[in-house]
Amino acid sequence: MNGHEITFENVSRFYGDVLGVNRVNLAIPPGITSLVGPNGSGKTTLMNLMTGLLRPTQGRIDILGVQPHDPERLFRFVGYCTQYDSFPRGMTGYQFVYSYLRLHGKPHAEADEMTWRAINRVKLADAAARKIAGYSKGMRQRIKLAQAICHDPTVLVLDEPLNGLDPLVRAETIALFRSLAETGKHVIISSHILHEVDAISDQVILLSSGYVVAEGQIHGVRTEVEDHPMQILIRCSRPGALASRIFELDTVVEARVHNDGKGLLVRTREPDRFYLMLNRLVVDGVDLESVAPADDDVNSVYEYLIGPDGGSI
Amino acid sequence: MNSNWSLWRGQVLAILRLEIKKNFLAKRGLWIYLLAAAPAVLMWTHALMNLRDHRVCDLGHDNLIFATIFQFFYLRLAVFFGCVGVFLNLFRGEMLEKSLHYYLLTPVRRVVLLVGKYLAGVITTSIIFCTGTALTLAAILVHVPRNAAEQYLFAGGGLGHVLTYIATAALACIGYGGVFLVMGFLFRNPVVPVVLVLLWEAANPFLPTLLKRLSVIFYLHSLIPISVPAQGDFAFLAILGTPTPAYLAVLSLLLIALAGLWLGARQVRKLEINYGTE
Repeated sequence: MNGHEITFENVSRFYGDVLGVNRVNLAIPPGITSLVGPNGSGKTTLMNLMTGLLRPTQGRIDILGVQPHDPERLFRFVGYCTQYDSFPRGMTGYQFVYSYLRLHGKPHAEADEMTWRAINRVKLADAAARKIAGYSKGMRQRIKLAQAICHDPTVLVLDEPLNGLDPLVRAETIALFRSLAETGKHVIISSHILHEVDAISDQVILLSSGYVVAEGQIHGVRTEVEDHPMQILIRCSRPGALASRIFELDTVVEARVHNDGKGLLVRTREPDRFYLMLNRLVVDGVDLESVAPADDDVNSVYEYLIGPDGGSI
Repeated sequence: MNSNWSLWRGQVLAILRLEIKKNFLAKRGLWIYLLAAAPAVLMWTHALMNLRDHRVCDLGHDNLIFATIFQFFYLRLAVFFGCVGVFLNLFRGEMLEKSLHYYLLTPVRRVVLLVGKYLAGVITTSIIFCTGTALTLAAILVHVPRNAAEQYLFAGGGLGHVLTYIATAALACIGYGGVFLVMGFLFRNPVVPVVLVLLWEAANPFLPTLLKRLSVIFYLHSLIPISVPAQGDFAFLAILGTPTPAYLAVLSLLLIALAGLWLGARQVRKLEINYGTE
C-alpha cells in the first residue's frame, strides 16, 4: 500500500444476503481507469465504497493513504460525479457548485471564482443562473461534473459521466478527462459505452456479478484471454494467396478471407511472433495495406469474459 | 485546533444557509405555518371583531384563554407536529429525495453535518413558533386599552410572561427537535413511534412523578407562566407533582437535545447511501 495508489484489499460488500462486490483486490494507478461491466456487476458499489457512501462488509480500502470513512480528509482531493440524478431542492447550477465549495470552507470570493472556473470548463455558464430542475439530462450531467472538478481533485470518480451528453459535448468531456489524466490524476470512469472506454482508458477493470474478472491495460487483459486467440485483420491484395502461406505457421489457429474480399482475418495464440514472421510470408504480388488487431479492445474483452448479452462468464 | 473550530464553524454556517432556506421554502412544510399561525389567526379575528364592535376586553380572561391554547394546543400539537415535520425530514427527507449524497461528498465531518442540520431545524421551527406565539400575544394586547396593556406589560409582569412564552416555544423546538432527529435515523417508517411519543406526552399528567420526568412536556409545563390544570372526565386521575425549578427544566430540555444529538451522531457515522432500499 502506498500514497500514490487506490487500493482495495479483499473488499466485499453485501446488501443483506445480496452480493454487491466480493473479494476485490485492486491497485489503481494514476491515469484513466475504466470500470466495465453489465448492470448489477458492482461498478457503482465499487465507486460508492471508494468514496465512503458505502462501507465494506469486510476488507480495507485506501485512497492515496486516506480511508474513505474520513470525509474531512478524503474530499479535499476526491471528486465524485455520481449517477444519482437528483439535486437539493430549488438550487441553480451556480448554487450547486458554489455551496459545495462553501462546505469545503472556502471564503466567498474564492468559492465564486472556483465555481465560475468549473462551470466554464463544462461550458454551462449561460445556464448557471437557472434552476437545475429545468436542466436537460446532459446539462445535469455537466453540472455534476463541474461540482466534481471544482476543487481540483487528484482523484476523480465518475459514474457513467457520458450519459445523456450530445456527441460534441461528449468529445469535449473526454478531452477534459484526458487532460486531467495527463496531469497525473486518477480518473476512474464507469461506462457502458465500450468503444469510448476503449478509446480513453489507460487501464480497465472488468466486473461481472460482483467479481473482478480482469484488470490491467486492455492489451494485457486481452492477451490473458487464452480461450479466444487474438484476431488480426490484414488488409491486402490477393488475400487468398497470403492465406495459403500463413497456414504454414503453427501459431495460426485460423485464417479466412474477410467478407469484403479485401483482407484476411487471422486468429493466432502468439500475436507477437506472428507479427515478426509476417514480413517473411508476404509473397510477391501481394500488397500489404495494413495489419491491425481486430479484437484487441474492450468490446471484445468484455464479450469474451462477460458474454455478448452482458451475462456472467 | 483553532483552525479546526474555525473550519467547522464555517461549514456549519454553510449548512445553515442551505438548510434554513430549504426548510422555510419547502412546499411540503406549508402545514407547519398553518399550525403555527392558527392561534394567532383565532386571536386576531377575536381582537379585530372586538375593536370593530368597540367591546372592552378582559385581559385576565384572554390571558387564561391564551394559556390554555398554548398549553394544550400549541405545545402538545402544533410545536410537536411542526418538529415532527422538520426534524424527521432532516436526513430521512433527503434520503427519500435521493439528494443526501450532496452533503456526504463534501469534506464535512458527519457530526458537523448533524449539528448544522439540527441547528437549522431549531432556528426554523423556533422562528416559526416563536413568531406565532408573539403574534397571538400581540392580538390579546391590541384590543385592550393602551394604558391597561402598558400596565400589564411593564408593571404587572406581563413582559416577563410574553418573553417566557416565547422562550418556552423555542425550548420546545430544541427538546422535541432532539427527540425527532434520532427517530428519523432509527425508524424507516416513523409514524407509529411518533404516535407513541404523542400518547406518552398526552398521558404525562396521569403518570407517576418519576415517569413524568421522561418527557419533554413535563419540563415545558414547568416553564409556562400560567399553568392550566387538566380538565375533563379524567382530570381526577391527574397526579399533581411539584413543578421543576425553571433552571432545572431548561437544563433538562437542553440535556434531552444533547442526548438526541449524541444518539444521532452514532447513527450518522454509520449512515450509508443506499437509496434503493428507502
